[in-house]
Amino acid sequence: MLASLDSATASQAPVTHFSSEHCALSIDQFNLTYAGKSALRDLTLSVPRHRVTAFIGPSGCGKSTLLRAINRLHDLNESVAHSGHIQLEGQDIYAPQMNVTELRRRVGMVFQTPNPFPMSIYENVAFGLRLQHRLPKRQRDDIIEWALTSAALWDEVKDRLHRSAWQLSGGQQQRLVIARTLAVQPDVLLLDEPASALDPISTLKIEELIRNLKSQLTLVLVTHNMQQAARVSDYTAFLHNGELVEYGPTDQVFTNPRLQRTENYITGRMT
Amino acid sequence: MSRFSDTPRRRLMDALWPWLCAASVALSLLMLAALLALLVVRGLGHFWPATLEEITLRSGDSVAGQPTREAPLPQADGFERLYFTANRDIDGASWRWVNLDDIASRSTPSDLIRLERNPWGDFIGRLAGVETGGQLLREDQAWRYLTQALALPQAERPDAELLLVTSDGQTLRQPLSNFSQALAPNAMSWWQKIHTWSRNVWQFLSQGPRAANTGGGVWPAIFGTVLMVILMSVIVTPFGVLAAIYLNEIAHQNRLTRLVRIGVRNLAGVPSIVYGVFGLGVFVYGIGGTLDSWFFSDTLPSPTFGTGGLLWASLTLALLTLPVVIVATEEGLARIPDAQREGAVALGATRLEMLVRIVLPMAIPAMLTGVILAVARAAGEVAPLMLVGVAKLAPQMPVDGEFPYLHLERKFMHLGYHLFDTAFHGEDVQAAIPLVYATALLLVLIVLVLNLTAIFLRHYFRRQRGSEC
Repeated sequence: MLASLDSATASQAPVTHFSSEHCALSIDQFNLTYAGKSALRDLTLSVPRHRVTAFIGPSGCGKSTLLRAINRLHDLNESVAHSGHIQLEGQDIYAPQMNVTELRRRVGMVFQTPNPFPMSIYENVAFGLRLQHRLPKRQRDDIIEWALTSAALWDEVKDRLHRSAWQLSGGQQQRLVIARTLAVQPDVLLLDEPASALDPISTLKIEELIRNLKSQLTLVLVTHNMQQAARVSDYTAFLHNGELVEYGPTDQVFTNPRLQRTENYITGRMT
Repeated sequence: MSRFSDTPRRRLMDALWPWLCAASVALSLLMLAALLALLVVRGLGHFWPATLEEITLRSGDSVAGQPTREAPLPQADGFERLYFTANRDIDGASWRWVNLDDIASRSTPSDLIRLERNPWGDFIGRLAGVETGGQLLREDQAWRYLTQALALPQAERPDAELLLVTSDGQTLRQPLSNFSQALAPNAMSWWQKIHTWSRNVWQFLSQGPRAANTGGGVWPAIFGTVLMVILMSVIVTPFGVLAAIYLNEIAHQNRLTRLVRIGVRNLAGVPSIVYGVFGLGVFVYGIGGTLDSWFFSDTLPSPTFGTGGLLWASLTLALLTLPVVIVATEEGLARIPDAQREGAVALGATRLEMLVRIVLPMAIPAMLTGVILAVARAAGEVAPLMLVGVAKLAPQMPVDGEFPYLHLERKFMHLGYHLFDTAFHGEDVQAAIPLVYATALLLVLIVLVLNLTAIFLRHYFRRQRGSEC
């Protein structure tokens, strides 16, 4: 258990802080506007290393926007402006000397709908590797097997690695996308409602996978599903209207929230 | 009174409208089938060795020829029939209208023959004998000698003279070297006729034109059409694809982009002759003239690039079909979900890597759709070509064994223009009609083959992307 966290719980401080050696991501006074409209306001929070942190909140609260800001996916859209800082392992990701493609390798992202590329299962996982550097085939094969095993997909696809990825089921596709991301060995994995398009059994598999991946990397999960956040995450941040309302250990947020607003949302009295 | 009281009428309308739609489809199919049937029957029928008829008129004259069609008499009641009588050197005409009431008897004697010759066109009549080396051959012996001699290549044929008799008894004496084919259609079996038919079709496809495009084959025109279309595709595809990528992937989506898009779409509606004028002014006289003054000044005033040619024709048609390729590719790019692009970028791909590895492979079927549409439009286009490089009769093929093998500055022949020329500029209009049908059929088939190639390619890429990786 993290010492800094205990003190935060004890003092009921509004924001949970982690010491720098436990902190993977720290977001500091982050603001983001989309076409002039404010989407994120003055967000400050830090994400602990090797833990699952869930962002919850009603639709349009900015949780996905925040996730995309961590991966700098907003760079593709000129109408987005931001201020404040996001630090990954102490480095400001918006600093001019930051290599964006390297950042995106270190911060993997899994989207709501599975988006495997129109190629074979093998090529999907190899995609990120081929972008980085030329590897001997044997080494690449090893990484692909490792990534698919980590994503709990290897046993299901090992006999059809060279078949189209689009033939897989939705749940398998999502695990393939996770494997694809794992193959480039990221530090942080961002999951944007990864199970919302899947059936209950596939959802359980993804949740189990998320819990198992904690030992390898830091995970940030955006979800609409309260039970999922409660089942999977270690820390939960509740966002509303682009602001951070409450952030703390999941147990505490769900059983004993500090604020009435949080309790209302969790119990379904606010949409 | 309820406002729903007209239910029976509504039900009737609901039952009728699908039939209206189905009727429209049926009508379109019917017209297409009629078009193809006309082209096939008239076009391919021309090569069939038709039966020759010998008729005796009430006046006692005898006429031999191939019956072609019948028409009502212009002034009186009754009908007249058109015969292809050939023998232009004797009668001064190859065609003769005969009033049906004037015909006393018709027969199809098996010794009537049809000889293909140059000059004067075909001969129809009888073979009286062949004189070779002071020896006179008659009857079957003469016929055998003639067919064997004509089977040899032109250079190896022996010297001989043919003694010919027309149906009304006039005799002719002509050297063997004038003749290229001898047929006795009335004596031929079905199998022989089919054999002759396929040989005629093959000659039409593989030989150059003769007698001012009223005879012979269309091989240079086929070659010119296909080569021009291929060159056009090679030019238009990269340009169109790059432009579509800029419009869809790079440009900011604002009012100016929309304006450009509308402009591109409207370019597709500009009449093709206008592109021809543009090609003539800019490519031929502008760029071609400048190239001549820089590099080919020693041959001036006779132009090299400063006149219509294969390159300028391909460029003009590429310009003409550019909007089609841009629009089709852009639609394909727009159909690719953003999730694919974000997925690639989120893995650390640059924008170029994302485009080349994910977006473009997914857009290949759409690009090929654009190329299919472009080919379909370009292969049938004649009007602009008349300004920028097509020739009635090109002296040389655009590809030959002489360096640099592909001669982009040369004029070329084109099936569409060949068709136009045969139909309206020939001397013998009656003889041109079947050739026009045959050429039209060929043009349709070539467009079909070019399209099928592109469709097959598209299917291949779709399969590769979808089920079979």
